[in-house]
Amino acid sequence: MVLKRRNVFKSTALFVVIALLISVLSACGSGNNNGGNAASGSPSAASGGSSSPSGSPSADSSAKPVPKDVELLNVSYDPTRELYEEFNKSFAAYWKQETGGNVTIKPSHGGSGKQARSVIDGLEADVVTLALAYDIDEIATAGLLDADWQSQFEYNSTPYTSTIVFLVRKGNPKGIKDWGDLIKDGIQVITPNPKTSGGARWNYLAAWGYATKSLGYDDEQAKDFLKKLFKNVPVLDTGARGATTTFVEKGIGDVLLAWENEAYLALKEYGDKFEIVTPSISILAEPPVAVVDKVVDKKGTREVAEAYLKYLYSEEGQEIAAKNFYRPRLQSVADKYKDQFPALNLLTIDNDFGGWKAAHEKHFADGGTFDQIYTPGS
Amino acid sequence: MAGIVTNPKRRNSEAAPRHLTEPAAVRYILIGIALLFLGLIVLLPMVTVIVEAFRKGWAAYIEALSDPDALAALRLTLVTALIAVPLNTIFGLCAAWAITKFKFRGKNLLVTLIDLPFAVSPVISGLIYILLFGAQGFFGPWLQDHGIKIVFATPGIVLATMFVTFPFVARELIPLMETQGVQDEEAAVSLGARGWRVFRKVTLPNIKWGLLYGMILCNARAMGEFGAVSVVSGHIRGETNTLPLHIEILYNEYQFSASFAVSSLLMLLAVLTLLIKSLLENRMSRSHEA
Amino acid sequence: MTALIRKKRRVLPGFRLTTGITVTYLSLIVLIPLAALVVKSADLSPDQWWSTISNPRVVASYRLSLLTALCAGLVNMVFGLLLAWVLVRYKFPGKAIVDGLIDLPFALPTAVAGIALSAIYAPNGWVGSLLEPFGIKVAYTPIGITIALIFIGVPFVVRTVQPVLQDFDKGTEEAAVLLGAYRWRTFRKVILPELVPPLLTGFALAFARGIGEYGSVVFISGNMPLKTEIAPLLIVTKLEQFEYGQAAAVAVVLLVLSFLLLLLINVLQRWSNRRLRTA
Repeated sequence: MVLKRRNVFKSTALFVVIALLISVLSACGSGNNNGGNAASGSPSAASGGSSSPSGSPSADSSAKPVPKDVELLNVSYDPTRELYEEFNKSFAAYWKQETGGNVTIKPSHGGSGKQARSVIDGLEADVVTLALAYDIDEIATAGLLDADWQSQFEYNSTPYTSTIVFLVRKGNPKGIKDWGDLIKDGIQVITPNPKTSGGARWNYLAAWGYATKSLGYDDEQAKDFLKKLFKNVPVLDTGARGATTTFVEKGIGDVLLAWENEAYLALKEYGDKFEIVTPSISILAEPPVAVVDKVVDKKGTREVAEAYLKYLYSEEGQEIAAKNFYRPRLQSVADKYKDQFPALNLLTIDNDFGGWKAAHEKHFADGGTFDQIYTPGS
Repeated sequence: MAGIVTNPKRRNSEAAPRHLTEPAAVRYILIGIALLFLGLIVLLPMVTVIVEAFRKGWAAYIEALSDPDALAALRLTLVTALIAVPLNTIFGLCAAWAITKFKFRGKNLLVTLIDLPFAVSPVISGLIYILLFGAQGFFGPWLQDHGIKIVFATPGIVLATMFVTFPFVARELIPLMETQGVQDEEAAVSLGARGWRVFRKVTLPNIKWGLLYGMILCNARAMGEFGAVSVVSGHIRGETNTLPLHIEILYNEYQFSASFAVSSLLMLLAVLTLLIKSLLENRMSRSHEA
Repeated sequence: MTALIRKKRRVLPGFRLTTGITVTYLSLIVLIPLAALVVKSADLSPDQWWSTISNPRVVASYRLSLLTALCAGLVNMVFGLLLAWVLVRYKFPGKAIVDGLIDLPFALPTAVAGIALSAIYAPNGWVGSLLEPFGIKVAYTPIGITIALIFIGVPFVVRTVQPVLQDFDKGTEEAAVLLGAYRWRTFRKVILPELVPPLLTGFALAFARGIGEYGSVVFISGNMPLKTEIAPLLIVTKLEQFEYGQAAAVAVVLLVLSFLLLLLINVLQRWSNRRLRTA
């Protein structure tokens, strides 16, 4: 009996040891792989001319290694993954050509508010490229950058813009043309929750803008309009991508309120099952960028960080933005892509809503109009 | 409590057995119900994951797994588990020993506190470390002055994982050791065995399966934790992304197949360890009978 | 009895060492960080504190989280026992695989679980489309939340009951049978009482985990305020607005609630244990 017990125990011990060994080995193995790849092929690494997109200047990958290697951390929000993946390669090639130095840009994506919080809490981002000025304002409040950060770069520090459009199912079976159609009975509207999603705040404000500007409603009537609209919302996802998936993958809802770039991306991924409807009026969504002063001064990366954001305004940068369905600022690029971006009446946050702080207080803070829509008994 | 197995068939069988099992019909019905439940709740999601993972074929599957970012995530996940699991195992053994072998004041409180991490929302389990070690946190300024990075780096990820998997081993062992009582150990002690030896020769053989279960669960959860780690990770690609975070990124990039492929890898790891465990167990019980 | 206990304490070694390690580690990993949360919530004045947690939406979310976690815990207790029983007592093909499946919910990242579950139970999903004609909606209702929580909690009950059942002394059972007890009676009078502690533990854990669960639920719940908005989501919402204090306040209430429930169950369990031992 005792003997057998010992046998059992031995085998158990053996098993545990083997399991540990396997995991250690695989950890090391993948570590090596990773090490090898980080130097050559990781998508964000400065990997030389061969893999850079056609629009960017070609760099000589066989050039002697230059000692000045820098690493930048770009903390961004969710829908910009594709944009920055392409842009980072292009910038790395450009930087190498200009200065001979290697720059590696590490991307970090997530919900805009959450990303801003991470930076406030110590995530060492050299640059932030977020969905709302409000989120960067919070970072400024924490003292990581100047309060007037928005004047550091052209156009309110927003190198590209977007707007809110409708994505409907092929053939537009419910005949949705404009914001007014969204409050009709039997229409299901998909939008994320404005409290947790930056994109959804633009949705909300665009609808508010339609009610107050196009219909001439006062605040109470506009609130009523939005209440009717949100009555038609069956699912409130927490993020923009989640809402897109609900609409596209799960087949719920008749219309998705989405960033223009998200809508185009969904079209690209899912082909002809959907179409985009541009409403009569929408909002100019300005996702801003900023250099995080405190971090770049500490790391000594100010020069390259600023060049990185400036490059967004260059012809190449604008071209990449437009290719990824963001509206470019540069006229020459805008002209080239004008079929993709139909002109429409766009409200702006500063002129029509008194800036983000005021808009946030009025609509999205606790007890704001959005909360009032969801007050019990109403 | 008495009506817990509410199977009416059971009563019909009352007259039947003289041995220690139920009639075949009852057995099959019970097995059927159990499997149906498991099928609907656990198996279906798993099948979904696998179906989605292979939607684009083997090549895409392999490609998703050999992506450098995926490998970096795998490495971080394994390192995290390798630190968190042994520490929590040592803790679990100590806690279970203290709680089941001795009587002392505040025992209920201690047990409850050990359970607490289960009850803490993953969102919060990440947040608390930010509150402590983040730049605005209690120790943040000091850490920054000394150039120590905890959150948004590996230590933070390990800490959050340890918190989340904290109770697993202890929780597995406490009920088991409770039913076993203290007689064996007392006998050993009265025969002159001491401390560590009592534990190794008497307790450990009795609890080894429970301990192994606990470690496997702890490991599975450590590798699969998403919410807490997501808060402290910073999501830097190839650097602070664990496998679950990598899965989320892929999903958000519309790379559904790739994201499910990586999920299936996590799933496979879990099922595999369990299979090895039950095989071992079977072989040993067979050699035991022989 | 007390004399016996006193003797025990002297007889078995390691009391100081093990309690020492336990308490230290517990403090470092769990208690101090959680204390930070409580301290943070004290940023708010008592008035703000109260208005935060008494907000109708917050209250509704507490109720929803508690109720769905309770339902899921109860379902898991019944089916968890059944699963553990079947796995320990019966032989059937593929048993090892089924055994392996039980732990899946631990291993699968919660977000993946949520995505997969919502895909299955959505109106166009495999199961959802079958239920749709009967007017039963699962995804985006409290039922969907409960299903996600059942998924999360399955292993807790099975894995706490299983080892105890495995080590169950067949002699006692045999004696009961020899004494003429029927099977059902044997189960009820001999086996079940032994299983009460692990069952309660499993339930408590599944329940507690359910209250705080976030990742898997947000995908299937629909997140409609007052209807399917769970408490952890509200915490995230507060954080999203940089309201750390309010988020901490909501979290502290949740924490205290589940702590009290866990404490109650642990006390109950210890009490039933003691009664069992002395009986």
